[in-house]
Order: sequence, then structure tokens, then C-alpha cells
Amino acid sequence: MKANVIEIRNLSYAYPDGTGALSEISLDVFEGETLAIIGPNGAGKSTLLLHLNGILKGGNIKVMGLDINDENIHKIRSQIGLVFQNPDDQLFMPTVFDDVSFGPLNMGLKKEEVITSVNKALEDVDMFSSLRRSSHHLSFGEKKRVSIATVLSMQPRILVLDEPSSNLDPKHRRDLIKLLKRLALTKIIATHDLGLVEEICSRTILLDKGRIVASGNTIDILNNKPLLAMHNL
Amino acid sequence: MKHTFLDEYSQIDSFIHRLDPRIKLITFIAFILFIIFTRPTSFITFALYALLITSLVIFSKVPVKFILMRSFTIIPFVLMVAVFNINYSGLVTFWNVLIKAYLCVVCMTLLMSTTRFTDLLKALGKLRFPGLITMILSFMYRYIFVVQDELMKMIQAKESRSVGGSLWLHIKTHANMLGVLFVRAYERAESVYLAMCSRGFDGQIKTMDEFSITKKDISFLVLITVLLAVIRLIPI
Repeated sequence: MKANVIEIRNLSYAYPDGTGALSEISLDVFEGETLAIIGPNGAGKSTLLLHLNGILKGGNIKVMGLDINDENIHKIRSQIGLVFQNPDDQLFMPTVFDDVSFGPLNMGLKKEEVITSVNKALEDVDMFSSLRRSSHHLSFGEKKRVSIATVLSMQPRILVLDEPSSNLDPKHRRDLIKLLKRLALTKIIATHDLGLVEEICSRTILLDKGRIVASGNTIDILNNKPLLAMHNL
Repeated sequence: MKHTFLDEYSQIDSFIHRLDPRIKLITFIAFILFIIFTRPTSFITFALYALLITSLVIFSKVPVKFILMRSFTIIPFVLMVAVFNINYSGLVTFWNVLIKAYLCVVCMTLLMSTTRFTDLLKALGKLRFPGLITMILSFMYRYIFVVQDELMKMIQAKESRSVGGSLWLHIKTHANMLGVLFVRAYERAESVYLAMCSRGFDGQIKTMDEFSITKKDISFLVLITVLLAVIRLIPI
């Protein structure tokens, strides 16, 4: 049995206006696995992801054995690389280099280390040649890849992606799948792109109306057509 | 959508492009101060300033036409201010506002076209300019086109559904759209902030630069300042 890197117990969350978003979520994520979180729109996938690095707080969550609190938050955020769905939210600095170096600089790395990790992260996503470009001059597919580089440069243990394939054309979607296959670290992917799930995720949980309604082997869940249909997938 | 550059031509290479952004910033601010503190009737001094800035433009390899086009956009505003200043002393005040504003804008245009906007922000930061302001400018540079895109899409969506309707209705719709644009910008700011926190933001944006001041930079600063001083001080 592999060690669990994330442990969630009894996580419930309601938005400030009282709408329930998550209820009684308990989940373990194991070292090295690729976990898919699937579910229809509004199921609570993004809300769940925002809990993993303490942006939203609640429940009993442990990351690499650490509780999420003010003391550990910076360590946890450097271990969990969260990539937002919209690259225009993820890329907020004027140039690609500034964006990818944002995380490492906040971690207090030395200048040479920052440059090395930025170069490596950009090479991993095949965007090294765009180092000096402005983010708003990138194409959508390029923005998505640089978004991933912005967290890879922090050398996280866990990569968390929200809808990585949304709005990508087929070719860029394929490239993204190849890229994700290549990255050997624990991955958590929230999506409703079932094709992507089938190709790269070993385990899947199905979320609907804030509850985990199914959990197990990806193939078993994707082959259970009545289950998927019942939850609008 | 394809976007233009706010800092067009800042990517080309020339002697002036290669100068340290801090030195360039200081030089051009000195230039502007010299222009401002010149008597309005010293026509030859202004002509010499113009000559100096023109030669800098030529050295920078930025197309002269581009500099002219950019700098002329300021003229209507200057004229508006200048017109209100025509008084007993005749056209001197008018001339004063016009020539000084124009020369200053050419200086700024040249600075903007020879320095990447991001380098300019870093230079401002290094020169102890308040971090909050450079941060706001940096977000403006990043998001101005995003907001523009959003507005454009909204207008297209509106046009697609606009069949008839009174002028008043259209005006009202546009006002509503501005409101929606504001709310969207606000919500985007929220998610950007979350993205920043996820990557360890702690209230201060840290960036890296490879600025270094060389002998060339210093000699440029000294040369231009001396030239300006000479132009300013020769008795005409």
C-alpha cells in the first residue's frame, strides 16, 4: 500500500450565501497516482480543489501529513501546484518569465536556482522559446502550457489541474495528454473530458451535488454507463 | 484576438534599446525637466532640443513615422489646454504649452518604444518607486487587452440580438454592459488573487532582473545631460 499524500476527512463546505457546495467528503490520494475527479457542472469539483491548498478552509485535511494552518500554508502551497481553469487567471504577470518565476521567488530560492527551475519547467512544457514573450500575446494552447509551467517551476509533489483540456482544439488536447503522461508526479485532475480520464487516470471519483457518489477504478466507472448517465456525464 | 503592443518597437535592437532601463529613465526625466525649465521665448533652444531628440530617434532605429503618429495623438489635448491660455501676452503662453508638451511627449514615446514595458516597471521598482503603483501598472499591462476582449465579445453578442429598438434603449443597454464589465473585472480580480495566493503571494510581488550599469550607460547619461546643459545655457 502506497503512502497517502492527501487525506481528507468529513469535508463540508457552504458558500457564504448558504448554498451547500460539498458535504461529507472523505478521500485519500496516494503517492504517484493520477486521480480523476469527474462530475457535471456545479458538482463542486473546483471547490474541492481550492480546499487542497488552503484557499478555502474547512474539514480535516492533511497534506503530506501536515495540517493546513497558517504555519504550514506556505510549505503546503509549494508542494501542491494548483493550476486554475482559466489561463488568464493563472497568468497574471506581464511576461512568461516573470510568471513562471513568481512561485520560486516567493519560495525564497536563490537567483541561479530560480533560473534553473524556470528553464526546466518551460522546457518540460515545450515553451522555452517563449521565455521573454508577454502572456497576452500567447495563443490559448500556449497559455495552458505556460500555466502548467508556472507551478512546475515550484517543483511540487502534487499537480492539481482544473479542467486542463477545456477549450483546447483536438491537436492541443492531444499534446496536453502527452505532456501529462510524461510528468511523473502525483496528479489530481478535475474534468468532464472522459477521454482524457480514460487515457491518463488510474482512479476516478465521481462527484455530484457536493457528494462522492462513486469511487474506484477508472475503467469500471467509465464502463458503468447507467451511472454516468444518471449524473449527466 | 490579435493584440498590438503598448510598447511597440521595444523588441528591436539598437544602441539605445540596449541601455540600462534605469539610466534611460533618468536621462529622459532630465530631458523633460530641461524642456520644462526653459524660457518660452528661447526659440533656438527649443530647436536644439528638437534636434537632439530627433538624433536620438534616428539612433534608436524606431521608425520616425511611428514616433510622429504616436506623439501627435497628444496634440488635441494640448490644444484644448493651450487655447484657454491665450491672453494679453498674446500667443506666448499658447506656444509655451504646445512646444513643451509636444517635446516631452516625444521623449516619453521614445522611452516607451526603446524599453520593454516590463523592464520599465522593474526600473521604476529599482528606483524606489512605490510598489503599489508599479503593481497596478503591471496588472494594467497584463489585463487591459483581456478586458478589451471581453467588452468586444459583449458588444458582438449584443449586436447579434439587436433588431430595431429605440436609441434610448441602446444607450441603456450600453450602460448596463459597462456595469457587467465592471462586475466581471472584479470577479476576475478575485480569481487572480486566489491564483497568486496558490503560488505563495505574501503581499509583495518579487521579480528578477538582469540590469547592470556599464560604462556605456554612464557615458550616455553624462553626454546627454552635458548636451542639454550646454543647449540650455548658451546665451541666445
